[in-house]
Amino acid sequence: MWGYLAEYETPGEILHAAEQVRDAGFTKWDCFTPFPVHGLDNAMGIRKTILPWIVLCMGLTGLTIAITLQWYVNSPYTQSASLYVLSGYPLTISGKPYWSLPANVPVMFELTVLFSALTTFYGLWTLIRLPRFHHPVFSVARFRRVTDDRFFLLVEAADEKFEAGVSRTLLERTHPSAIDEVKD
Amino acid sequence: MTTNLVTAAPGEEDQDPVLDPRFTYGTATDHITRHIRPPISASWVFGFGLSFLGFMLFNWAVTWLFIWGVGVWGVNIPVGWGFAITNFVWWIGIGHAGTFISAFLLLLRQEWRTSINRFAEAMTLFAVACAGVFPLLHLGRPWFFYFLLPYPNTMDLWPQFRSPLVWDVFAVSTYGTVSLVFWYVGLIPDLATIRDDPTRSVTARRIYGFLSLGWRGAARHWHRYQKAYLLLAGLAAPLVVSVHSVVGMDFAGGIVPGWHSTIFPPYFVAGAIFSGFAMVVTLAVPMRAIYGLQDMITLKHLENCAKLMLVTGLIVCYGYYTETFQGWYSGSPYEIGMMHDRWFGPYWPAWWTVVFCNCVVPQFFWSRRVRRSPWTLFVASLLINVGMWLERFIIVCQSLHHDYLPSKWEMYYPTFWDYATFIGTIGFFFTLFFLFCRYLPVIAVAETREMVHKKGRSEGVAAALRRSGYE
Repeated sequence: MWGYLAEYETPGEILHAAEQVRDAGFTKWDCFTPFPVHGLDNAMGIRKTILPWIVLCMGLTGLTIAITLQWYVNSPYTQSASLYVLSGYPLTISGKPYWSLPANVPVMFELTVLFSALTTFYGLWTLIRLPRFHHPVFSVARFRRVTDDRFFLLVEAADEKFEAGVSRTLLERTHPSAIDEVKD
Repeated sequence: MTTNLVTAAPGEEDQDPVLDPRFTYGTATDHITRHIRPPISASWVFGFGLSFLGFMLFNWAVTWLFIWGVGVWGVNIPVGWGFAITNFVWWIGIGHAGTFISAFLLLLRQEWRTSINRFAEAMTLFAVACAGVFPLLHLGRPWFFYFLLPYPNTMDLWPQFRSPLVWDVFAVSTYGTVSLVFWYVGLIPDLATIRDDPTRSVTARRIYGFLSLGWRGAARHWHRYQKAYLLLAGLAAPLVVSVHSVVGMDFAGGIVPGWHSTIFPPYFVAGAIFSGFAMVVTLAVPMRAIYGLQDMITLKHLENCAKLMLVTGLIVCYGYYTETFQGWYSGSPYEIGMMHDRWFGPYWPAWWTVVFCNCVVPQFFWSRRVRRSPWTLFVASLLINVGMWLERFIIVCQSLHHDYLPSKWEMYYPTFWDYATFIGTIGFFFTLFFLFCRYLPVIAVAETREMVHKKGRSEGVAAALRRSGYE
C-alpha cells in the first residue's frame, strides 16, 4: 500500500482536515485541489518557496550579460589583445559616443525580463518535479475529479507516523466523503 | 452534471455579476470544456476553412515574395516601409490588450479578468506571430535574418546596439517568449482537466495528459505555481509598456517629419491597448454568442472593455492633437507641410477616417446603453480596428511620402501582393484562433472554479444536494 486518499467536497472540509493531519505530526502528505485553496498553505504548514530568489539571481545574470554583451560589441575599448576572442564592432554613428548607457537600457531591460521569465518557467517545473506522468494517486479512479470538483488529502505510507488502522481512523474523523487505499 | 440547480434567493443577487453565482465547480468546468468535446460542428469547419484559405493566400504571397523579392510590393524610395511595417505595428499593438488583461489586471486583482484572460492571451500570442513575420519579410534577404542577433561570426559583424531597430529584435522576441510561457503555465491545470474528462477518448487524454506535464493539483504545487504565475505577471506587466515604446522609438529615432517626436512611445502604447481591446471585443462578442458563454463573459466584461477603449481612445486623440500642435509650434516648414499634407493631401480620406474611427466612435462609449449592448460594441470595435490600422498606415506611409525634398515626394501604391500578405495574416490569425477555440478551453477553468468559490453562494447547497443523491 502506498497511502490513504481521502476525498472531500468543499474547500472548507479539506482545510479543516489538513489542520488535523498537520497537528498529528505527519510530514509525507499532501492535498490535491481543483484550484488553489486560500489558506491551505498555512493549514498544511508549507514553507515559502525560494523561486523568487532564484528568479532574482537569474534576472540579474541576464542584466549583467546584456551590459557585458553590449560593451564588448560596440565599445572600442574591447579591442585589446586579451579580449580579442570576442572582438567587437564599434560603429561611428552620427558622432555619438561608442558607449553611453541610456542607449543600452532597452536591451538590458529585455534580457533581464527574458532570463527571469525563462527561469520562472523552468524553475517552477524543477521545484515541483514535473513533468512526472505517473503518480500512485492516479490509480484511484475517483481521483480524476481532482481537476473538476473534488478535494483530496493523501497520507503516504512512507511517513514515520503512519500506521494503517490509526491513520485511517484519523482521516475518518475529518468526515471525508470517501477513503481509498492507494496501491503502488 | 446538472445546471441551474440552485436558484438565487430574491433580493440578495449581485445585479451585475462577473460570473453567474449559480455555477458550481462541476457545472463551471463542464460549461467551459463541453465546447472542445467532439463532434466538430459544421460552422466551425466553415469558419476554420475560410480562415485557412486566408492562410493559404498568405503562403502564396510569401512564396511569391521569396521568388521575386520585395519588388513585388509597392515599396520604393521614399516609402520604403509600406504595408509591411504598418501591419507589424498594427498586429503587435493588438497583442498588448492580452498582456494588459493577463498581467496588469492580475496584479491589480481585478476579478473581471478571469473570464477573458485566456483567449486574450491567445490573441496576443497569435497577433505577435503575425507581427513577427513582417519585419523578417521586409528584410529583403529574409534568409539572413539571423544577422540581427549578436553571435560570433567569421565576418566579425555585430549588431549596432544604439539603434532602436536592434532594440526591437530584443523587445519583440522577449515579448513573444514571455507571452508563450505565461499562456502555457496558465493552461497547465486546464489541460489536466481535459485529460481527466471521462468522455474523452484515450488518445485525446494521452495528448492532453502529455501537455499537462502530469499536473495533479497538489497543494505544494499550487503554492509554487501561484508564485510563479504572479512572477510572470510582474515580468509581463512592464512589457505592455516597453514593447510598443520600443516600436514607437523606431519612428522617433528617424528624422522624418511626423516621426521625430518624443510623443511616440506613450502615444503608441495607448494606441496599442486601444486597438487590442477593440480586438478583444471583436473576438468576445461572437464567441460568447456562439458558445453560449454569456453567463461567464458577462455584460460587465464588455462594459469594462468599452471603458478602457474610451480612456485609451481619448489618450490617442490627445496624441493626434499634440502631433498637430507640435507640427505648428515647431515652426518648421517641413513639419507644417507634412501636417498640411496629412489633412488635405492625397491621403486625406485615410486621415479623416482615422479621426472618425478613433476619436468620434469611442465617444459613444460614454453611454451606458452602448457599453452594454454587445453587437453595437462589436460594430464599434470593428471600426476601431480599421481606424487603428489606418493610423499606422498614415504614420508609416504618409509621413514618408512627404519629407524634406519636394523632388522626393512620391505616392505609395500598394500592389496585389501587399494586400494578399496583409489579408493572409488575418487568415493566419483566425486559423490559429479557430484551432484554439476547438482544442483548448477559451476560459481559464481552474481560475473560474476559484471564482465560483469566491462568488458562488451555491457551494454548501450544491454539496448537500450531491450528498442526497440528487446528481
